[in-house]
Amino acid sequence: MGAATDTKGGGFRAWFNKRLPVDQFMADQLTGYYAPKNFNIWYFFGSLALLVFVMQIVTGIFVTMHYKVGEATAFNSVEYLVREVPYGWLLRTLHSTGASAFFIVVYLHMARALMYGSYKAPRELLWVIGMLIYFALMAEAFMGYVLPWGNMSFWGAQVIINIFNTIPVIGPDLVEWIRGDYAVADATLNRFFSLHVIALPFLIALLILLHLVALRQVGSNNPDGIEIKENLGPDGKPVDGIPFHPYYTLKDIVGVGLFLTLFAIVVFFAPTFGGLFLEKPNFEPANPMSTPEHIAPTWYFTPYYAILRAIPDQRLGALAFALSVLAFVFLPWLDRAKNKSIRYRGLASKLLLGMFFVVFLVLMWLGLQPADPVYVLMARICIPLYFAFFILLPFVSKADGNGPVPERVTYHAH
Amino acid sequence: MPTKFASLIGAFALLAGASVSFANEGGHAGWQREANNEVANLPSLQRGARNFMSYCSGCHSIKYMRYSRVAEDLKISDKLRDEMLVRPGEKFSDYIVSPMPAADAQDWFGKQPPDLSLVARSRGSDWIFNFLTTFYADPASRQTGVNNLQLPGTAMPHVLASVQGVQNAVWDNVEHKGEDGKPVVTTAFKEFEPGVVGTLTPEQFDEFARDTVNFLQYVSDPTQLERQSLGIWVVLFLLMFTGIAYMLKAEYWKDVR
Repeated sequence: MGAATDTKGGGFRAWFNKRLPVDQFMADQLTGYYAPKNFNIWYFFGSLALLVFVMQIVTGIFVTMHYKVGEATAFNSVEYLVREVPYGWLLRTLHSTGASAFFIVVYLHMARALMYGSYKAPRELLWVIGMLIYFALMAEAFMGYVLPWGNMSFWGAQVIINIFNTIPVIGPDLVEWIRGDYAVADATLNRFFSLHVIALPFLIALLILLHLVALRQVGSNNPDGIEIKENLGPDGKPVDGIPFHPYYTLKDIVGVGLFLTLFAIVVFFAPTFGGLFLEKPNFEPANPMSTPEHIAPTWYFTPYYAILRAIPDQRLGALAFALSVLAFVFLPWLDRAKNKSIRYRGLASKLLLGMFFVVFLVLMWLGLQPADPVYVLMARICIPLYFAFFILLPFVSKADGNGPVPERVTYHAH
Repeated sequence: MPTKFASLIGAFALLAGASVSFANEGGHAGWQREANNEVANLPSLQRGARNFMSYCSGCHSIKYMRYSRVAEDLKISDKLRDEMLVRPGEKFSDYIVSPMPAADAQDWFGKQPPDLSLVARSRGSDWIFNFLTTFYADPASRQTGVNNLQLPGTAMPHVLASVQGVQNAVWDNVEHKGEDGKPVVTTAFKEFEPGVVGTLTPEQFDEFARDTVNFLQYVSDPTQLERQSLGIWVVLFLLMFTGIAYMLKAEYWKDVR
């Protein structure tokens, strides 16, 4: 690292580095950080989540320049933005598509962790911080969806906020405190705006920073779930590790290119994505007198919404809803396998995880359907299966997650 | 590596496909038709604008659209715009707002005619097409003498009666089991038969309705054509960028054993 961190001698670079250790930072965090060489496509989604976060901040800044918070002005200001502000349609569509893209990459990022046991020791805190990002992101997306003040914004807010009503004793007061009024109204919109543009983005940025610091501390997991730090070469570097820069920076840029291509296809050719990214009733202004035929939250909340809706008792439904979201946090302690990666676990573990992925997607689909009896019944079948994953994991992982693992990661040079 | 990229694209496509099928709504009644309008068809949009201004704009606003924007996007000359599009006493930069006072609308129809700026996005173009084409004579409707299959009990009179005429609906009696298991007889729509004849043939009227729907679809999202033509270049650029990024990555990764 000698040359890179040279603060002696003259010249601007040395002058600069004496005062701000840019070269030192690069050497520590990028060229000197060794990552496993066997990352596959599932490892694109972390850097992509960071990219989408930055995109949302940048487009958000410009959208906020035109958005006018308030019951009477919000809807009109969004229409003004997309119709009369030059390239306003692009800003708005980038921001609204970005919200869905954020959840797509985050769900794939989480699925990766589930497959390769990336939440297991020593990465428990890394996982917990990641889950906190996910929760903050859910709040951020929910409040952002309310801001255009369309009819689904209004009724969605109504339904979601009322979930808190089921909390014993404090529920009704809590709901009133969240809304700032006796109903979802101007006061609610104003505070959601404040939280959406200031509080939550700050919180998410802080959590992302902690997530990255924790990642650097423990190092990345990999598809084989083997700790590369345990196999060091004569130079003291992991034999299966390669410097993050230039290898993974360049590889991640390929991922960015692929992602942006797909993202652009949605933005330019299917911005509402068949009513999934922008729901049809949200093209009507909020109207407390007219309930949309079928209230569905945006697709990324629907697995949990399907659970909430399928349970007849409201309080139990809200409890199951909360548990279904929070259960992920406990995965590091529920998984008792010796091996991390699904590659070196038995058939039972593979089936259990496969079932969970299928159930999650089925619930997602069910949450988008009207509350017809047949869909509610299907959701009631899925709910025990959903929780069965978390309940059975300690036993299944203990039983079949201890087989032999290779000493070196699986990598085929090109 | 290329196979991995292919599988990544495959995964996204699968996800996209699944998501789109998520959004598909339930079945259609037999009489419902697709609008099949093409928003890139400029003459159709121009005819639609004419239809809208002649038959709809007396009651319905498209309050987010200016006359000038419509003229510019639909390539209507300034002369034609000022003579045919802009209402007397209004400026070409004005928004297209119905002159009907709200209180009068309330008196006449029992409700205010909705703004149609976004109806093609909230209801969809097929819905509007079916609404415009399924008015039929219904003596039970005291207010307007007509009813509508798409929006039964609509407060809107059959504004297009002069061009479409007034068709009659033929109903079938259908027997099915009610909730208590006993047979219940309800009526179900069978078909339309010609009633009072209008100035257009049924085929011509479908075209008339299709043009109008087309115009409303343009109005609901006036940048859609610009968006798509720009999109092609953006996607081409990104594909090229990805290709170069891949070659650069492959060059570096040669050394990794």
